[in-house]
Parts: sequence; structure tokens; C-alpha cells
Amino acid sequence: MKDEREIVTVTIDGIEMQAPKGELLIRVAQDNGTFVPRFCWHERMKPVGMCRMCLVEVEGVRGMPPACTTTVTDGMVVNTKSETVKKAQDGVLEFLLINHPLDCPVCDRGGECPLQDQTLAFGPGESRYVEEKRHFEKPIPISELVLLDRERCIQCSRCTRFADEIAGDRLIDFGERGGEMQVITYPDDPFTSYFSGNTVQVCPVGALTAKPYRFRARPWDLSAVETSCQTCSVGCRGSLESSSNELVRLLGVDVEPVNHGWLCDTGRFGYEATHAEDRVRNPMIRRNGVLVECSWPEALDAAAEGIKRSLDLHGPASIAMVGGSRGTNEDAYLWARLAKGVIGTDNVDAQIGDGLPAEVVLGLPGATIPDLDEAAAIILLGPDLKEELPVLYLRVRRAAVDLGVPILDVSAVDHGLSRYASATIRHLPGEQASAAREISAALAPLIEGRTGPIVVVLGRSDVATSAEPTVAAAAIIREIPNTRFLIALRRGNVRGAIDLGLAPGFLPGRVTLESGAERFAAAWGSAPAEVGLDTAGILNAASEGRIGALILVGADVVNDFPDRRLVRAGVGGAGFVICINATITEAAADADVFLPATVWGEKAGTTTNLEGRISRVGRKIAAVGNPMPDFRIASELAFRLGTDFDLETVEEIQDEIARVAPAFAEVDAQLLKRARDGVVLPIALHRDELVLEPRRIPVIDFSWEPIKPEGPGELEVVEPEVVEPVLEAVASDEVALPADASSGVGLPEAQLYVWSAQHTAQPTPGRDNYALRLSAGRTLYDNGRTVASTPALRALIPAQTLRVNPSEISRVGVADGESVRVSTARGSLVLSLTGDANVPAGVAVMPFNIGDTGVGDLVDVSLVVTDLRLETLR
Amino acid sequence: MAFTAENLLLANEIVARYPKTKSAILPLAHLAQDQDGYLTQDAMREIAGMIGVTPAEVLGTCSFYTMFKRDEVGRLVVSVCTNVTCLVMGGPEVLEHLEQRYASDKEVTIEEVECLAACGNAPAMQVNYEFHESLTPGSATEIIEAYKSGELTARGVSGGVAGGGQG
Amino acid sequence: MTSVIGAPNATETRIITKRLRDRPEDSWTLDGFTQSGGYESLRAALKLDPEAIGAEQVAAAGLRGRGGAGFPTGTKWSFLPKGSYPRYLVVNGDEGEPSTFKDRMLIENDPHQLIEGIAIASYAIGCNLAFIYVRGEFALGFERLEAARRDAHAAGFLGTNILGSGFDLDIVIHRAAGAYICGEETALLSSLEGDRGMPRIRPPFPAVAGLYAKPTIVNNVETLSTVPHIMRMGAAEYAKLGVNKSTGTRIFSLSGHVNRPGNYEVELGITFRDLIESPELGGGVRNGGKVKFFIPGGASSQWLTGSDEHLDAPLDMDYVQQTFGVMLGSGAVMVYDETTNPALVAWRLAKFFAHESCGKCTPCREGTGWIEKVLYRISHGYGRPQDLDLLLDVGDNISPGLNAPFSQTTICPLGPSAVSPVVSLHKFFREEVIAMCQNNDRVLHVTASDSGTSDLGAG
Repeated sequence: MKDEREIVTVTIDGIEMQAPKGELLIRVAQDNGTFVPRFCWHERMKPVGMCRMCLVEVEGVRGMPPACTTTVTDGMVVNTKSETVKKAQDGVLEFLLINHPLDCPVCDRGGECPLQDQTLAFGPGESRYVEEKRHFEKPIPISELVLLDRERCIQCSRCTRFADEIAGDRLIDFGERGGEMQVITYPDDPFTSYFSGNTVQVCPVGALTAKPYRFRARPWDLSAVETSCQTCSVGCRGSLESSSNELVRLLGVDVEPVNHGWLCDTGRFGYEATHAEDRVRNPMIRRNGVLVECSWPEALDAAAEGIKRSLDLHGPASIAMVGGSRGTNEDAYLWARLAKGVIGTDNVDAQIGDGLPAEVVLGLPGATIPDLDEAAAIILLGPDLKEELPVLYLRVRRAAVDLGVPILDVSAVDHGLSRYASATIRHLPGEQASAAREISAALAPLIEGRTGPIVVVLGRSDVATSAEPTVAAAAIIREIPNTRFLIALRRGNVRGAIDLGLAPGFLPGRVTLESGAERFAAAWGSAPAEVGLDTAGILNAASEGRIGALILVGADVVNDFPDRRLVRAGVGGAGFVICINATITEAAADADVFLPATVWGEKAGTTTNLEGRISRVGRKIAAVGNPMPDFRIASELAFRLGTDFDLETVEEIQDEIARVAPAFAEVDAQLLKRARDGVVLPIALHRDELVLEPRRIPVIDFSWEPIKPEGPGELEVVEPEVVEPVLEAVASDEVALPADASSGVGLPEAQLYVWSAQHTAQPTPGRDNYALRLSAGRTLYDNGRTVASTPALRALIPAQTLRVNPSEISRVGVADGESVRVSTARGSLVLSLTGDANVPAGVAVMPFNIGDTGVGDLVDVSLVVTDLRLETLR
Repeated sequence: MAFTAENLLLANEIVARYPKTKSAILPLAHLAQDQDGYLTQDAMREIAGMIGVTPAEVLGTCSFYTMFKRDEVGRLVVSVCTNVTCLVMGGPEVLEHLEQRYASDKEVTIEEVECLAACGNAPAMQVNYEFHESLTPGSATEIIEAYKSGELTARGVSGGVAGGGQG
Repeated sequence: MTSVIGAPNATETRIITKRLRDRPEDSWTLDGFTQSGGYESLRAALKLDPEAIGAEQVAAAGLRGRGGAGFPTGTKWSFLPKGSYPRYLVVNGDEGEPSTFKDRMLIENDPHQLIEGIAIASYAIGCNLAFIYVRGEFALGFERLEAARRDAHAAGFLGTNILGSGFDLDIVIHRAAGAYICGEETALLSSLEGDRGMPRIRPPFPAVAGLYAKPTIVNNVETLSTVPHIMRMGAAEYAKLGVNKSTGTRIFSLSGHVNRPGNYEVELGITFRDLIESPELGGGVRNGGKVKFFIPGGASSQWLTGSDEHLDAPLDMDYVQQTFGVMLGSGAVMVYDETTNPALVAWRLAKFFAHESCGKCTPCREGTGWIEKVLYRISHGYGRPQDLDLLLDVGDNISPGLNAPFSQTTICPLGPSAVSPVVSLHKFFREEVIAMCQNNDRVLHVTASDSGTSDLGAG
């Protein structure tokens, strides 16, 4: 954001400096190298001036104002180190310590605690306080994830302010007063915020601790790497920390354009899934109907053989690849090259039937996350961001609450951001297009007198409705002037996968098959002849016996695809199934070959978030056993199918992508290493947002303060590539350099795709009066891999229930909470029924992917909407 | 328990008085306490729902103020001042006497409080917020007994008066 | 009135207490009020230019806030930013300063006088919704205020188009719930908004961003009760009363070891000795005793002693401030005779401040409790010789320099107030206190007084 404030001159401790008028003194001092001690002030929250640690002297001002609430004015002369200031600081420190327990040796914060550090540095050796300290029961759980030790609390209110100001979940507050003031939750109302882990991170002392990290490590034993979270596609930056080759903590890193230092709890604690018991450590092949462990060469040979057989018998269109949105860009690129350049099939889809067509994802004018801050208005037409893209929810909420950006909420049911909306258009699920036609009129009064783009957060609000109505709505909204789109797809690197060609009809770098065929034929040797199938199409074809080899890349299709009958028929009908994954999923149980892959934290590379921002993911630990990175598996398979990619390192792959994939032009390994906040594609439109700075690793012993990628710390040491399991079969000495290894010069041109938005909508059928229309969005905690494999999060998965307007409950004639039979054209289930006044009449709401049976058993993906009927069991 | 139908009407009227609904926490908590004898968890939850805040916020606010009792109290809440005027005029003696006298009387809750603004006739106490001044241990006991027998009664402030409305 | 020292009048000068003294049987009713000239000042004010009321009446009369700080009322009103509406008037009726009991009397016995003052002030500052934040424990006061508000409304002194002037005003009477700190104006506003009553950082000042972040004036009950009389008497006439910049009358709440404790409305400028000893006022120390010490302005003030220098000082806000570093504050004068253990009084004051600390600022939250615990030991025979100096240093970390007016490491003056008794002990009773701390072979680590912590539990 441009700072247009007047510049004033301030003198701090004798040093003259320039600062914007009205800026907080504590920030000005810090930006100019003077750290004023503080506990309560956090630069992402409003100042409260409570702890009184940052008192300073200002010439001409009586007493000592706190630096965190004092704004700078021209000519201000400040002393932060005088004897008077020092006395006051020592006094505050002593006051904080008189009731603080001396349990540093068993405190998680020990070693990275400002109270401990400052006491050690300046504190007296002995306490003057001979009275009894305050006592509380310690520690008490305030949620499944967070514990509170009220004896350690220094009442800085960072946690309560976070919950109130940032998250909007005021489930914790201060109770009592004076010396008894303490952080409270309401009885039987735990701190169930999706963002609770942030309070642990910002707590300057060890009052709040996270169950997964408690007693796991000491700060001085940790090593860290900066990375991007891949739990969802926001791509929050974090500092991933390990101890003894075990991931123990992810802290948010404060990156202005992305996450401001915040993480959601799934992202923060999901690292536990890396160490899940059921990780597959060795490859497996099916022998006598059973998957048995084998060597890598055996498994790879078998997989290649399965592909080759189908290729020889039925041609490239008999082979399909589903998945690839959880890995790195480098993985995605080589999977795309394997499928499209080596095998020659375009039946490739990274999305699993719950996203949007690649045309829409790639072809609409893109917005960035910071665009939200300066938007004239934000239109929400998509998933519940709080559930699916939680940190984006925080950013939109901030835009609305703190920055006054009006929100137009276009949705079927109330969601996390509805309460912040300035205007609302409610529609039946499936009626997005007609709702979109009302947007212009609803928007007009909101944007009057406002500048900036109109940012549309566009996505699938539920999986019981096909993508069709959303696509039709997008075509209408695109006609509104000055709109830019943030495509709200969910999986960690789904955007990178689509950008790199894991979508039917597209090749890497946002070009269509048609436009890029010539270029990629030149770069790769060949490209698919015709447009292939998406995941639903692949499963249909497979169920009809037309897919001879199905490659499932990191995908849990049975749980993630909205239509279980189709997915089971498809996987069951495929001639040969190759599964690349970290654990045995339901679909993997049918696999003929299982190839264990490394996961986030175990491999380096880049990932792309929903803005199209590419940032690096870090490798922190070595995988246990013999899993391999996806890109290497893809290379090995390609080699066995007759093509040597000759790409040994992530950097080599990055350079090739920059050379061949048009949208990635210039984005080579060098640039990715230097771009502090990542690179937004296409670079031509976002060049001035690039910040090229020497990167530094996060400083662990300062973790309670915002961690900045450019913060104080050591220059990053690039770790040498770790040697992967060596495979004799791969050892090749035939190395052929491509004709032009460094740039795309010499390759035929290909145009970046722009969606024509010529869309003929498939009509949405009407709903009859006796039916309810199903809306099935996701919840943050569901049966997905990350949550289900994380002990700390598993307990938070909500119970399966169908929510309807209370009037429906009485219409059916059952009691609230009673079970009923729920039937659709596809199937029927017995579910408990819950009345909820926020659900409009005529609509039924049910979370996707919860419980053993559920939405997937009710949805037929060939239909646009899912209508259901309720019957009593009596 | 939840607000009675009559108090619910009054509660809604109270909420409507304020430009921002959260301001109604204190008056609603008084109303609930007058109704139930103390501020129950159900009441705080109901208040939170009425004004659109979390129950934790209501508890956070209410626990700041000493008048709100979050545990059951006797029918008669006797507040004895021992602050610096009452301190030297016999307040502590009155308190000690009453604490002993009513230690096992469930009907009477004795509490020590800060200055009640009755220092001109110290020592002072309140019984259900009715002032009684110039006390001795004996006279204080007599007053409490008079409340117990029904000879004296206290006004029900929130329920009786706050519903006056404008005009 | 120009003399600095000397008693102009050692009797009461009843202005705002006249009605409640003259007609104790019905002073709080509408009839009693209107039959004694009530609402006539409002009627007159509504014919004037609103802005002139602040400048030509209230400011010209020299009226200063009667709540404690003594800030000129007319000046306060003038801080409201031009053209910014709505704006609110909030009446501070949360009288809780130990030994102050004047506002309770005004609320209970002359509520219409307050309402008339509110109406005039609201008209003057352009406010259409006023709030009376009344102390929760004042059940009778709340009842009488509510009744007065309702009656005034019915009689057309409140509501729409008051007395045909086109001016509208509603009043909300807000019952507090037991927190001394809410007498501090920003804490009061937090409380009125439904939050914990914690003081706010200034700036912004309430006049700019107060209640609901709108321009707000917070005035004390006695201050506003005075306004109708200024209108009635005329500013010049009112300003003739009093001394120097302490014009008019004030109600002093006299308590403790005097023969005639009570509220006395006197002209500013009489001496403490007049107040304590005059037969029509305090009537002297009980049992013919002598003043050992007295607290001249509520619990927050530093103390004065029975010396002639102190007793003969005039009730002049600026004089006592400049000469002795004490304040007239809320107008409470607590008198202690020679039987009193000053350490016990100091402890009880510290206990009060520790109990009433809101907990926001570290030095106050932790420091007041620490002071209380040490003073408990000293006053109960567990003191150590070094304890008084320890207290002074702890106090210095709350109120650097230990002087009045307070310098403070906290947001509001509550924490420094707890230091006042410590400094007073040191100034006047150091030897007595040190003597109490000699040869105590008992060591007390757990105080029996206030160390219990309540456990709200969580989750």
C-alpha cells in the first residue's frame, strides 16, 4: 500500500531519522534499529499500552509515554535509554516477575522468552518480593489444542486481542480484575477458534502452549527453514522447525502480501501427518491379489510395464492421470511432461471433480491478496473461506472491518463472512447465474465514490452442485468493469498444477493444447493430439472399461470426488492402477503398484498459491524409509518409457519450466531464490511487486514477535541437495544437453490463455416444493488426509448432521436431532437432522467428507444440483 | 434460568435504549441477578445471544464488577464497609460479628465491601443495597433479623424501576 | 474574595444543598422541585444561544469539575470538535472515592436539580442523548433518578421539543455494578459500552472520541447540579463566591473522628481548621482530642497533619496543590485523632486500591498488591525495618518521583494513588513506622488479607 503521509524528522537516542507523521514511535524506532522492549505491543494489532515496558522519555512531554501509543511528530526528541527510562523498565520487569513462577526449566518458552532474556540481562539476582506468589491450577486446557497456564500469564492481552481483532472469535477474554485478572473461556465453550494456534505464537511467555509442541523440544535444539504451507492454496509463509529429524513446529512468518504472520490451526499443526504411523515406507506391487513390499526398480518396472501395455494395446487415450495438486510445481511439471510429452495422453486432471474448469481458473484476470485491501468492493461467490481458506478469511475480514471495504455476499447459506457483508444476494444452490445477474445493481451503491478494483473471490461453494452454475456466473460477472478474480480452489498446489498443465486441454505455462502444441512438440518431442477428459470423464471412461492404466498422483479420489458410486466404478474398472501417495487411501487399496512419495517438509521446491504466487517450500527433514519425491518418480517412469528428462535437481526443473512454459518466462531458479515474497505470474503484470533481497532464515528465539523473512537473522545457508536412494537402473551416462538450456529462445511462440467467457449454461432444473436442495461445502476439519492423520486435529472433526431450517423439521414431523431418511436420485442415507435458523427454507446443508458415509453417497455428478427428500423412520 | 416473559420484554426494552447493544450487558445482568438471586451461566449465555456477543465477553465484563455474584448467595446479601472511615469507626467489628453470627445461615450472605459513600454515619452496611448506618454489632444484627422476619424489605431495583420507559 | 489565608465564613453557604436541607420531606419530587424554583433555569437557558452558555455562563463563573481533577468545566465543553454529531453527555455518578458521599446525597435528595443541569448542559453542547452512570450500590438513588426522569419527561422538561424550544433530550440512567475505577472517565466510558471498565489511552480524549467513539463530555454530579444555579445567579455573582481560581461553593464530605461528620456546602477559601472545628461544621475532634492527621481530598490524596500550617491552609485547589502537594480531589476530608495507627489506615487504603485496580497496567496490577501485602505486615506486627524503604522504591516505580501531581508509569492515576499513603507514612510517621518494624521476630510470608485468588476456571 502506498504511504502518502507527510515525512517528519525524529531524533531517537541522539540519532536523527525520517518517518511518516503519525507513525507509532515504537515502530519508527524499530525500523531504524532501536528495539524498545515490549510485551503487549504486536505490530499486527492495535496498541493498548498495557504492559508499560516501552515507556520512553519525550522532550517537552511530562512523564513517560509508552512508545507503542505515541505517534511521531516533527522535531520530536526521544530518549529510550536514559536512567529514568531504565528505572521504569526495571520496575516493570520486577512487577512482572513477582508473581511469575520460576518454572523456566519446564516451560516451552524457556530459551525464547523475552521475560527470561531481559531478566537475565538486566534483572537483579535476588527478588525483593518475600510474599506468597499468586497461584492458579496449572495448566488448564482451553481447547483441544491449547493449554493455559495462568500463573505464567503476564496479562499482555495479545491472545485476547488476536481473538477479537484478528480472528473475530472472541471465545477468550479477560475475566476478574486487578491481580486476579486472568484469561478465561466460557464454561463448556472452549476456545475452538480455527486460529487458536496464533495465540500460542504471539504469547510472549509460556502462558499459552500448544498440545502438539508441549515438551517436544527446546528452542536451542531447533533448526528452521522458511517454507510455504501447502494445506490449502493460500500458501501462508511459515518457519518449519525440527528437532532430531522430526517436525515439531510451524510458526507463521509475517509476509505482507500473503498471511501477515498468521496460520490456521490445520496448517499449523498439520505437520504431524508427516509422522503418521501409516506412512508407506517402501514401494509395493500386487502379487496374488495382495500388495506386498518390493524394491524400487521392481515397482517402477511394473508401473512402466502397466502403462506401456495399455499404450501398446489401446493408444495414449487409454491412459489417464488424476491428482498432483498436493506436490510441488516441479513435481507437477514432470507429471505433466510424463503424461503429455512422454505417454501422449491429455486425460490429465489435478482437480478431483470439486473445482472449476481450467479455462476459468487460468483465463480470468487475476487479483492478488493485497488487492483485497484496496478493493472498491469484494464479491464473494464461492466456498466458505473460513472453512476452506482460513487465512484468506482473515484477510477479507480485515478488509471489511479495519479497512472499510464493502463486501457483497452472493451465497446460498450463511458462512463465516456473511456477518461482515454490506449487501447480500441469497440464492438457491445452483442458481448462481441468476444471482450474478443481480450483482451490478447491488454493487452500485457499495462502490460509489470508491476506487480500486472489484475483487471477486470465485469458487465452488459446494460439491453437491456442479461447476456449471459457477462458470455461468463467472461469465456474467466478468462483464462488470474493473473486476479481478481470486480463484478459491482449495488444495495446496492446485493452482501450480493447473498452471503447469495438469488439466485437460492445457500445457504448462497457461497455454492451450492447440496454441502450445507446436512449442511443446519442439521442447518435449511430442504433445497430445487431442483434448482429453477431466476427472469425471476419466472415471466414466474407466467405468466403461476404456482406461487401461490409471495413475493416481497423491489423490484420495474415493473421499475427495463428490460421487462415490462413479469413483468406485471408475477405479474398479481401470485396467491397471498406479498409486503414488504417502499412505494407503481407499483407492490405493485397489492399486496394482504403490509408489511411496515424500511429502511436505521432506522435499524442497516451489508451490503456487491461489493468486498465482510462486514461493519456495523448504525441506526440513529426511524421509524415514524409502519414499521418493514425485518428480523423481515421474522421471524414473519416463526413463522406463524411453525418455530421459535428464533433470536431477529441483533447480534444473525450475530452469526448464522457465524456458518452456510461457507464463513462467524469467521465473528461473535464480529468481525464485531471490524473490522474498515470491513471484506472481505472469511476471509482466507483477514485476513491480517483486522484492529482491538476500533471504534470511527465521530467528527462532524471537518467535513471539512477528517473524519477518527479512528480519534479523543469519543469511540463509542453502542446504545441499540430499542424496536420494540411489537406483542402479537409473544410472545413466548418456547425458544429452537440450539445444538451448537457458531460455525459451528458439521455441515456437504460444499465447497465454484468456477465457472467452462464451458460455452456454446448462440449465439448472427447478426444485419441487417437497424437495430440499443440498449444499455440501467443506469444513476445516474433515476426513482429509491432513486432519485425519494429525492426532491433535482428528478430535475436532464435527459430527455428521444435515442442517435445515427449523420449519422443515416441523414439516417432517421429527424432533431436532432425530434421525431421518435422506434420499436423492443417487441414493439414500440415515442422518440426524438439525434445525438452524440461518439455513434458508428449501435448502439442506451438510459438510462434505465427514463420516464413513455422506455427501458422496448422495451426489450424482452428471446432475447440476442435488435435490433430496426427507422421510421419518417411524 | 431464562428471563421470564415479563423480564424478557423489559430486557428487550433495555437493549433498545442504547445506540450500541453491548451497552446493555450491565443492566441485563442486574435484571437477571434480581430475577435469579445470582448471575447464572444460563443468564450470561442468554444475554450474549440477545446482544450478539460471545458468552465469554459477557463473563469477561460481568466478572469485572463486584456486584455480580456468580455463585448462589443467600436471600439477604449484607455488605459491610471496612474502608478507612468505617475502619476507625467500628466497621471491622461489625463485620466480624456478623460473619460469626451468620456463618451457617444459608439465608444470609455477609460480604466485606469498599466504601459505600455513607461515611458521615460510619460504620455502614447495606442489606440488599438498602443503606443502614451508624451501626454497632448489635444494631446490625437487629436489622438483619428484621429483614429475615419480613419487617424490613428491600426495593427490587432493576425489575421494578428500570422498565419505566421514556415518559 | 481575594485573601489567600483566612476564613471568610465558617458556616455553610447552601446553594446546591439548599433545597434538600429546606424541604427534606419532598426535595426529590417534581412538585418539591418546581415549587422551589426548579426548571426555571432550564426555561431561561433554552432562550439563549447554546454556545454562549458554556462561554458566558459556565466558564465565566469559573466552575471547575467537582469530581476530583478540578478541570474548568467550560473549557472542557469547548473541546468538542465543531460539527461532529452525535455527541454525548455522560454524568459521572459513580461516587466511590473512599469517604466521599456528597453525590449520593444529591442524587437521592435532589435528582431533578441534576436533571436540570444535564438538560442545560446538553442544550449548551448540542447533545440529544445523555447518560447518567450511577453507582450500582445506590439503589435508592437509582430509583429516585428513574422516577425523576420519568416525571420530568411527562412534564415536558425532557423528551422532544422541550418547553417549546425545539430542543430534544433523552436520558438513559445506567446502573453500574461495583468498580471504583469506573469513576475514571475513560474507564466509565468503557463500562458504559458494556466492556470491562478499563481506562483508555489518551489521546484521543473523550471530547474528541468518547462514548461509541463520538465526542463526549463527562461531568460529575455536583458539577452539573451547580449549573442551574450559575444560570439563576449569573456567572459574575457566582464567581464572587470562593477564592482565587476556586470559585463558588463545594460540598465537603467530612468524616472520621469529628463530632459532627457530614456533608457541608461551604464557600471555597475557608480553612481546614474552620471545616473541622467550626461549631456549625465539624464541631471539633471527638472527645476533645487533637487531629493526628487528615486526608484532605479523598483516598488518592497525600495526607496532612494536625500542624497549624496544615490546619490553617485554605480550601483552595491550587494553593494546597502548590504548597503541600495534596489535592482537594473529591472533597472528602477524613480526620483521624491521636488514637489512630497511621499504618493501619495506609494498609486499608492500599488494600482498597489493590482491590480496585483494573489490572490493565503492570505497575498498578502488581504493585498495588505488593504494597498492600507489605503494609499488611507492617500494620499487623510483621514488618521489617527495611520495608518502608522498599515500599518507597516500589512506589517510585509506579509514581516516579513520588510527588503530586502524580507522575505515573500507568495509564490512569489509580496506581499512583496507592502510593500516596506510603509517601504520607514516610513524610509524617517514618519513625513511628520504623519503630513498629523493630524486633519483629515473627515472619509472615502469606498475608491473611487479600491473597486468595479466585479461580474462574476455563473451558
